[in-house]
Amino acid sequence: MKPTDIRDPEYFHKVVDCQYACPAHTPVPEYIRLIAAGQYTEAYMLNWESNVFPGILGRTCDRPCEPACRRGRVEEKPVAICRLKRVAADYKGEVRSLMPQGPFPPNGKKIALIGGGPASLTVARDLAPLGYEIHLYDNQRKGGGMMLSQIPAFRLPESVLDEEVDYILNMGIHTHFNCYVSSMREMLAKDYDAIFVGTGAPRGSDLSKLPGRQEGAANIHIGIEWLANVAFEHTDRIGKRVVVLGGGNTAMDCCRTARRLGGEQVTVVVRSPFKDMKASPWEIEDALREGVTILNCMPPKAFIVENGRLKGVLFEHVEAVYDENGKRSLVPTGQPDTFIEADDVLIAIGQENAFPWIERDLGIEFGKWDMPVLDPVTFQSTHPKVFFGGDAAFGPKNIITAVAHGHQAAISIHLFCTGKDLHRDRPAPTVNIFQQKMGVHEWLYDSYVVNDRRYAVPHAPEEVALRNRRMEVELGFDPELAYKEAERCLNCDVQTVFTTNLCIECDACVDICPTSCITFTHNGDEDDLRMRLNAPANNRTQDLYVSDTLPTGRVMIKDENVCLHCGLCAERCPTSAWDMQKYLYQVTKACKIWDIARASVAEPV
Amino acid sequence: MTYLRPDIRHPESQRNALGYTRKYYEGALSTLCAGCGHDSVSGAIIQACFELAIEPHRVAKLSGIGCSSKTPTYFLGNSHGFNSVHGRMPSVATGANLANRDLIYLGISGDGDTASIGMGQFVHALRRNLNITYIVMNNGCYGLTKGQDSATADEGSKNKTGHVNPFHGIDLCGVAIELGATFVARSFSGDKGQLIPLIKAALSHQGFAFIDVLSPCVTFNNNPGSTKSYDYVREHMEVTAAVDYIPEKAEITAAYAEGEACVVTLHDGSHVVLRKPDPAWQPTDRIAAMKRLHEARQKGEILTGVVYLEPAGRDLHAMLNTSRRPLNSLRESDLCPGSAALERINAENR
Repeated sequence: MKPTDIRDPEYFHKVVDCQYACPAHTPVPEYIRLIAAGQYTEAYMLNWESNVFPGILGRTCDRPCEPACRRGRVEEKPVAICRLKRVAADYKGEVRSLMPQGPFPPNGKKIALIGGGPASLTVARDLAPLGYEIHLYDNQRKGGGMMLSQIPAFRLPESVLDEEVDYILNMGIHTHFNCYVSSMREMLAKDYDAIFVGTGAPRGSDLSKLPGRQEGAANIHIGIEWLANVAFEHTDRIGKRVVVLGGGNTAMDCCRTARRLGGEQVTVVVRSPFKDMKASPWEIEDALREGVTILNCMPPKAFIVENGRLKGVLFEHVEAVYDENGKRSLVPTGQPDTFIEADDVLIAIGQENAFPWIERDLGIEFGKWDMPVLDPVTFQSTHPKVFFGGDAAFGPKNIITAVAHGHQAAISIHLFCTGKDLHRDRPAPTVNIFQQKMGVHEWLYDSYVVNDRRYAVPHAPEEVALRNRRMEVELGFDPELAYKEAERCLNCDVQTVFTTNLCIECDACVDICPTSCITFTHNGDEDDLRMRLNAPANNRTQDLYVSDTLPTGRVMIKDENVCLHCGLCAERCPTSAWDMQKYLYQVTKACKIWDIARASVAEPV
Repeated sequence: MTYLRPDIRHPESQRNALGYTRKYYEGALSTLCAGCGHDSVSGAIIQACFELAIEPHRVAKLSGIGCSSKTPTYFLGNSHGFNSVHGRMPSVATGANLANRDLIYLGISGDGDTASIGMGQFVHALRRNLNITYIVMNNGCYGLTKGQDSATADEGSKNKTGHVNPFHGIDLCGVAIELGATFVARSFSGDKGQLIPLIKAALSHQGFAFIDVLSPCVTFNNNPGSTKSYDYVREHMEVTAAVDYIPEKAEITAAYAEGEACVVTLHDGSHVVLRKPDPAWQPTDRIAAMKRLHEARQKGEILTGVVYLEPAGRDLHAMLNTSRRPLNSLRESDLCPGSAALERINAENR
């Protein structure tokens, strides 16, 4: 193998599994250390710079970081990254004064943001300090988009949502609420320099062809519409027996909301096997805790309506069969159909994009599945002035993805409005690398690896929580629990940096490494090397760090997979050929939002 | 201050025949200087015992005084240990061995502990062919007292202060062969590929198995001009033959052409395979072994690998016809068998 080029910013970035997995590349270990140090305000601001909604995401994020967490590879469960983020939000001090302070000198450019969800709000935050006149349009009564209409208040209190939305709107954003944009032509006719579309995936999929759908319509609801009606207080009760169709997070939100509005016997029915359910495991866990029943491998066959009144749903039984390519098909098992009584049915089987308001003769091209044709890097549509982001760009994903899109779209809009090239002039990520050595056994980071298992977040008692749909179920970590959980972080951003010409090949690092990551051997190709290392190296998603050739003709190979970042290799190295260096990778934003250097643990502000 | 080793090990750690992972053979975290060769020797001992699937409670580690003699704390934390007086480990080991021949004895010493203060003890353990694996971690200096030349420092070797050693160095392998050890080898802490099979073979050998391990003192004797530095040893290593250890249960599957390999079967049925040896060399030839050591020294080479191996030698228990059973298991009835037994003995002498 060729020597690893550690000057490539992506090499060490990839080692920070959580940050790499996060669409917005939030510097997770850095903010977890800040939380451990009790610097909640700084931890919050670091998050805010990166993901804009720490309080919201700390409760609702899809957490792509957690399955990626190295802890989960060396013991049972990952660090509770998401809920630590919430700790930063819960215990932060005054933050408004740390944010960019308006009014900002106008730069003479005007932009429109259509939709008031996370993508648009991110664009607004990144561009407002640059002096753009920003107009935000949304058909709801206030900002937040799907975070407001679809996420139930028992998971995300409205006060938390409002606080973080207002941080942005108060930067001088011109809001046009209760205003449905019905024509892109009209928008383009206004004098906006650029238009950003962040309208999400507003249409819930239906089962319009299923028998009984029309007849039972009064008691059959589309999940996201029903959730919005609950949020806007148009709906405040549901029947005692409720069937929820679908296995995603919306289905979980529906069944849990139903439990709070009078649903006593709430059954979620999924057509596929449990293991293929799209809902996050923790959402499923919470639903089960609240007494919801979940059945699998049962696609609905018909809504049963008698005398004009919904009686229930008839399901058939299937099993998943996989062909040689691993493609799944659901094959009926022949078991007799099952009838489940229901007063109300909630359909939560997916969401679709819909752009009925964008005329098709404006130069905005639409492609497969009637989705806009976009540049995947710049988010620019085929109309140079029009940009897309969030669920509106590539279909339904999640909040953190929408935020990541927002950052990139903001950069594109700024480059576009200043006459620069959207590809060539895109800013590279910023990378800072800091030596951590203080003494022979002393480091700037807390290198000790604790054995603690993941701490559970305290919940409100069910009997109380189920009585009030606005009562937040999760109570969040208190500072003491947060500290303990934070200490489980392995500091994967503190990198093991190897300098070939300092190494005397004494083997001290090999002998001390608790997880046997390091091997000195003759070089070979990757397949061959993976067979010859001191410990199994079967995780091919994790890189091998390969040194230059050493004086004995061998190379140092480090399997990044289960390195604990404990620093013992560096402590035992007589020549400092190994060094622990903190690697801070940040996605560059359209403008400088907040200076991370002010929040280093080593230099308290 | 961190310096604590995490408890977490590789999630796919291999298990040996007893079901133990390598962790079960580890000891406390080393307090030696970073980069000390001794830590590598400890690592090789851990690996050898793990691979041999030795039950840790069947091992007794014995040592004297010095950096090397501290190391038994850093490996085999689940085994018996005895940290004895400076240079007196051979006597303690002899006593322990006579009292209980069922344990595996592992003596750890250094060049000071063996070749200076303990020389008088060492030579007598050799001539008795005590059943022990005796490892000298040889760095040519007194590291614990800041690097004075030891008795194994080579003539002409320069120490960290620039002083050139005027004295002839003791070749411990030569002494061992001369005085009756039945397994004599030399190795280098920086070459685990050679050291681990040597330790496995030594532990399986019945009789005095001596390994002189060049183990650089990274703090006081790793300077240019030293003949026991990492660089010098690497540049001057000469190998008698590549060593493979094949446990008794495993068959020798590789076919060796005539002269390609020399297979020595040990007392317990395991094999030491010496690959690509010098065609004229027989590992059981004591005189040839001495000759090779002298020739290597004359050429300025460091001869490593198995230097001499006589698997059929009689150990101390065989020579003295000692009790088969450990002394602690002998009951009063064994020790005082009664008047009938006395009668029989008296009758034999009439």
